[in-house]
Amino acid sequence: MKAAIITFPGSNCDRDLAQAFERAGADVVRVWHKDSALPAGTDVVGVPGGFSFGDYLRCGAIAAQSPISTAVRAHAARGGYVLGICNGFQVLTEMGLLPGALMRNAGLKFMCKTVGLKVAMTDSAYTSGYVLGQTIQVPIAHHDGNYTVDAETLALIEGDGRVAFRYAENPNGSMGDIAGVLSENRRVLGMMPHPERVVDPLNGGTDGQPLFQGLIGNMALA
Amino acid sequence: MKAIVHVMLKDGVLDPQGEAVRHALGSLGFGGVQAVRQGKVIELDLTATDKTAAEAEVKAMCDKLLANTVIEKYTVEIA
Repeated sequence: MKAAIITFPGSNCDRDLAQAFERAGADVVRVWHKDSALPAGTDVVGVPGGFSFGDYLRCGAIAAQSPISTAVRAHAARGGYVLGICNGFQVLTEMGLLPGALMRNAGLKFMCKTVGLKVAMTDSAYTSGYVLGQTIQVPIAHHDGNYTVDAETLALIEGDGRVAFRYAENPNGSMGDIAGVLSENRRVLGMMPHPERVVDPLNGGTDGQPLFQGLIGNMALA
Repeated sequence: MKAIVHVMLKDGVLDPQGEAVRHALGSLGFGGVQAVRQGKVIELDLTATDKTAAEAEVKAMCDKLLANTVIEKYTVEIA
């Protein structure tokens, strides 16, 4: 199982994400945003957190136009897996791979703390390692995590069961307490909380591990 | 030729920053402000000489990059 982790100028969770994939048993290849192709045989693309391009214009907007983004779009169109965390989630919405947008937190403050997340569905590779309704502890660290989407699209994603995670207590004003959302084929996941930061008991928890293990386990079966 | 792009949040999209500005104005004693919406102005210097073509091109720029049309709307002014 090969995971390609992208680094943009200003990414700062790329190493953590690479490590989380490695721990779960993936072969990790690091990819620079100026690369125009993903490594041959890439199964999953990881789009990490951070402040790509200094959050200029809008969070994720410039990264979404990077040379590698064309390859990521093509990978997703082929049914490939893409996981975007925090700034990576913002990038995936800006790329049009996921619905909605991440606006400034309702309280206007940068929030950095561990929050409870409810697993809202288990019918995806990312969430199959959890129990439906389970609450997991995962850190957030963002200024623009207020998930916003038009009413029609919200009804569509809710109706389709594409909300992967919800905040137990809404920290940022996100509609429907949405913390993570999936694409129609459930292979692209964007989430604001950082599961890659909770894969080692020495770092305060392991509630992120089932996400990476589930993803890789599902791919091994495929 | 110059293009001026105004990017604003769509009507109905909550603007937490605008709301904070409204509160701050209120605490400065400006009580008559009912609502504040905050947006962006982007100025472009263009080599184009044809106004219609320039406008069409800037609109394409807005759709592709300058605005996120999921939450934002824009107007283009060619000067």
